[in-house]
Amino acid sequence: MASEAANPGGAGTVASHPWVPVPFSVQERVSETADTATISLAPTRSGGRLSFAPGQFNMLYVFGVGEVPISISGDAEPGDRFVHTVRAVGKVSRALFDVRPGDVVGVRGPYGTGWPLAEALDRDVLIVAGGLGLPPLRPALYELLRHRERYGRIEVIYGARTPKDLVHYAEIQGWRARTDLRFQTTVDTAGRDWYGDVGVVTTRLPDARFDPTRTVAFLCGPEIMMRITAQELVGRGIPPGSMWLSLERNMKCAVGICGHCQFGPEFVCRNGPVFRYSEIERFLGVREI
Amino acid sequence: MKAPGHPEGGLRLEEHRFFRGMDEEFLARLRDTAYERSYDTGALLVREGDPAEEFLLLFAGKVALEIVLPDRPRMTIQTLGPGEVLGWSWLVSPHRWRLDARALKPTRVLGLAASHLRTVLNERPADGYRFLIRLLPVISERLENTRLQLMDLHGL
Repeated sequence: MASEAANPGGAGTVASHPWVPVPFSVQERVSETADTATISLAPTRSGGRLSFAPGQFNMLYVFGVGEVPISISGDAEPGDRFVHTVRAVGKVSRALFDVRPGDVVGVRGPYGTGWPLAEALDRDVLIVAGGLGLPPLRPALYELLRHRERYGRIEVIYGARTPKDLVHYAEIQGWRARTDLRFQTTVDTAGRDWYGDVGVVTTRLPDARFDPTRTVAFLCGPEIMMRITAQELVGRGIPPGSMWLSLERNMKCAVGICGHCQFGPEFVCRNGPVFRYSEIERFLGVREI
Repeated sequence: MKAPGHPEGGLRLEEHRFFRGMDEEFLARLRDTAYERSYDTGALLVREGDPAEEFLLLFAGKVALEIVLPDRPRMTIQTLGPGEVLGWSWLVSPHRWRLDARALKPTRVLGLAASHLRTVLNERPADGYRFLIRLLPVISERLENTRLQLMDLHGL
């Protein structure tokens, strides 16, 4: 079973019914890369403060186009808006990428499990993100840094296809300048104008500083990247029970009814998307799932 | 800049991750011909097509492995840092570099003359075997990383 209590339509839910989207208006749109944007959404009708757990997602509905699950990428401090980072890969996400301030979209959520920050208390934290895996981890990083004294070393490794595909780039520069956090970026390929590291995220692990016996690892990115990284981390001494992965599957209802996102005995929308590695490891290599 | 690699205070072969813990007699044979080099940012360490006449051990800095394609910007496919080794073209016929390697920041290496190294490996097969056992994971890791890059997994 999932390591955290499922939270369909959890504490910060904005809907009276989990299947009914609530209209939100686009407050801001920040272009991250050529195909990725971060959008801020606020309810069109004023209500209570919005809250969520880092790692949770919302179902975003572009009226007349469709609905997709998108992780929340903003600060988890209760506020008046949800922040999402969207990459245009399909019809709905393209429509979300194209929204402009004032446009209205539907929101259901927040749903799913979050990153188990309580498990990280007094321990080293290793965050490995690939591609669009950074935005779902960003709220967790905000929380870790807000209560920095509660945790040991914090190491972040973030990989992208090319330098132009790095999201939250300006913020990354701020993180890299901090002395209480090590933030490594790497890209798969680069031109001569890039003086950073080149190679997949696992090539940066030898440089990461953590005590494997007291480390929790949070991984998010393409599934094969997480699988290989988790195997590598086990080889470096981190127990499978101390790692969590955020899975992506074909989520439709988001409340564990439709079955589209079934992953072995789990529903990713309800029991995940954040799973303890030791609980799903045996299913990751099953091609039929 | 080239200088002997074993004076007091210089780079020491046995302190590089690749050679750490290897037989002292074996290391002594290699140490005799080891030399230090320093590269400024932007300098080429090796050039594709040139004879691969040395085995380079990185002690400081950062090196980009680059592919140069006609009519296209040169592309970096991997970066290497301290503790890593540069290539194995010196071991594989026809002993020519298959990539460019360029310093991305001031870089210090210890070099071993390939002809001497090959001779010592042939003369001391047990040490030669241990050497290859250490080199093989480097090759394997780079092959696996190349596979991952080919998959373009961030675009999946």
